[in-house]
Amino acid sequence: MPLLDRRLLFVTGKGGVGKTSVASAIGLLAAKRGKRTLVCESDSKGNLADFFGVGPVAFGPTEIRKGLFAMSMDTEESLKEYLRLQVKVPMLARIGPLAHTFDFVANAAPGVKEILTVGKFTWEVREDHYDLVVVDASATGHVVGQLAAPVAINDLVKVGVVRNQTDWMIDILTDPAQTGVVIVTVPEEMPVSETLELIARLDAETSIDVASIVMNRVLPELFSRNEEEIFDRLDEPDGQAALADLVGDGVSGVMSGADLAVTLRRSRVPHLNRLRDGVPPGLPIINLPFLFHRSHGVRATSRIAEALGDELGY
Amino acid sequence: MARKSGTSSGSGSIEQLCAAKEILVSTGSGGVGKTTTAAAIGATAATHLGVKVLVLTVDPARRLANALGLEQFGNVETRITDEAFAEAGVRPEGELWAAMLDTKQSWDDLIGLHAPDPATRDAILANPLYQNITGKFVQSHDYVAMERLYEIHTSGRYDLIVVDTPPTRNAIDFLDAPERMADFFSSRLLRWLITPYRSRVVGFATKPFYSVADRVLGTQFLEDIAEFFILFQTMYDGFVERAKAVTTLLGGSQTSFLVVSTLEVAPAREAEFFLELLTERHYHVGALVLNKVLPELLLDSAATDSARLMARESADLAATLGPKLGGAAANTDHLAHVLSEVGESFLNYQVVARREAEQRSEMASLPELTVSVPYFEEDIHSLSGLLRLGEKIWR
Repeated sequence: MPLLDRRLLFVTGKGGVGKTSVASAIGLLAAKRGKRTLVCESDSKGNLADFFGVGPVAFGPTEIRKGLFAMSMDTEESLKEYLRLQVKVPMLARIGPLAHTFDFVANAAPGVKEILTVGKFTWEVREDHYDLVVVDASATGHVVGQLAAPVAINDLVKVGVVRNQTDWMIDILTDPAQTGVVIVTVPEEMPVSETLELIARLDAETSIDVASIVMNRVLPELFSRNEEEIFDRLDEPDGQAALADLVGDGVSGVMSGADLAVTLRRSRVPHLNRLRDGVPPGLPIINLPFLFHRSHGVRATSRIAEALGDELGY
Repeated sequence: MARKSGTSSGSGSIEQLCAAKEILVSTGSGGVGKTTTAAAIGATAATHLGVKVLVLTVDPARRLANALGLEQFGNVETRITDEAFAEAGVRPEGELWAAMLDTKQSWDDLIGLHAPDPATRDAILANPLYQNITGKFVQSHDYVAMERLYEIHTSGRYDLIVVDTPPTRNAIDFLDAPERMADFFSSRLLRWLITPYRSRVVGFATKPFYSVADRVLGTQFLEDIAEFFILFQTMYDGFVERAKAVTTLLGGSQTSFLVVSTLEVAPAREAEFFLELLTERHYHVGALVLNKVLPELLLDSAATDSARLMARESADLAATLGPKLGGAAANTDHLAHVLSEVGESFLNYQVVARREAEQRSEMASLPELTVSVPYFEEDIHSLSGLLRLGEKIWR
């Protein structure tokens, strides 16, 4: 199942691995390929807007370029929309200040915040408002709770409107042709461990398909094994001296820089291998290079989208 | 105002903080190394100061537990043995202890503490919603972490407690957790909501709300919630009092905050925001700890000149250099490739190092003390690794 042919992608990963960049890049790539795409951040404290170089995004989607929409989840707004569209409550005023009601619902009732979030995303899919909905989801620690909420609520709430709602949500979420989780990671110890744990937890606690792993910030291999000998030769005192005669005294700094680059790359190889060996057979791993960019923002997002496109064979 | 990696700038030192404070709270966004930093500081404090130190961690890597010589982290405070230190080549002046936060267990303990009687306690522990709330509520994690810190501090068992904070999306969430918990229990809405389940009489004015709530959530579910909160209300005073005490402790003169970050864009931005916020609220910010800082040699101008030549004129350079070096380097195509890769790589890393240097000078103006930790080749997974890191930032 090609990644961009699904309808709903939850992009998750340990904090700091570039989850939002990758979610934004997937959105950008999909839109470029002609898909009407919505990118959503899971909470309003996010900084999705920065990745597209636009002003703040709100609950109501903003079209940030042709076919690409961005929104920010706001569970209170989601509840209002839900009540209006699904429960057909005619006069919201009659139920008192919604903010207070909401405080209760969201804080007291477990899973309600999660279901309002997941519910909104699945609803956009069900109503065919977009070809693809990309969610910048919660971090690895919380995403299982978020994705399992409809089932949890289904177990807790035996009757009522919510019960009916969770049924169709579960149908969409558990259909691998429609929904997939993308786990973003980097070749370091904790992110790889958390990725492997998350795959196991998603498998054990939900019926949601993992679509792909994105290995982000893969450092380049400077030279092949047979060229290593040449590098070592250059790194020797007389090698450096001979080179310094040609390019100046800065050589020692350049060689130290290269040592660092080689060390950083090598120290990450075991984690690349550990991930490759640890994931279930057939689960694709998309490698994205470390981008030595000056800025972040939309320029960086486009470069990641390009790299992603290359990896996906577009 | 160049600073070398592994050194500190500003007044004071981590050593002074550890000597003067009773609680150090390590904060920062996910993935910046705040757990490792907290453990390294704790281990180094135990080594140099003749004090009893506890590292209280929320979410440790399994290898970090191994690093501390523990079979596994548990809710129980465990001492790191002198043998473990001896293996790292160190004889500590003080004692190092470690414990992990087990959210569920800590909540259960808390209920035990505040429940008016065993019957209420058992009813709460058995309530299906209780499991959900304690296990899945992100905020409950924040709250119970601070509560546990308070409990340990009050016990007087340690001279210094170094605690890391839960990985929150927003680094300030845990600070507000005690207050939010108090607000929650004192909320009028909550009382209003559970009224009908107490009296079974619903006033005309509130009826529409309940009928909507019933339609949305189902009556049984609402009753479950109500029962849970009616039980919880018996513990209201205890909770509010404790929440206030925890807030006071965090703001007190015995507590200091460490803001941990890397110089990557997103964590740095969050750290800046957090530094400002802590200062605004009059919390004591002891230090900014910057991890994974690229070395300053990447900014060297002579090296830049050399790197540019190597990248641009690799073929010519290789033609001259190859015969001199001989061996594998006599293959001038391969040599040219190595030269250009090495030059390019330097320039690539320099782009990142420049951005980071700029970021660092912006951030360093905020706290009294900034310490920079260089890139370590390996993830730290031994006590000696922790101590090596700790020593870099100690003085």
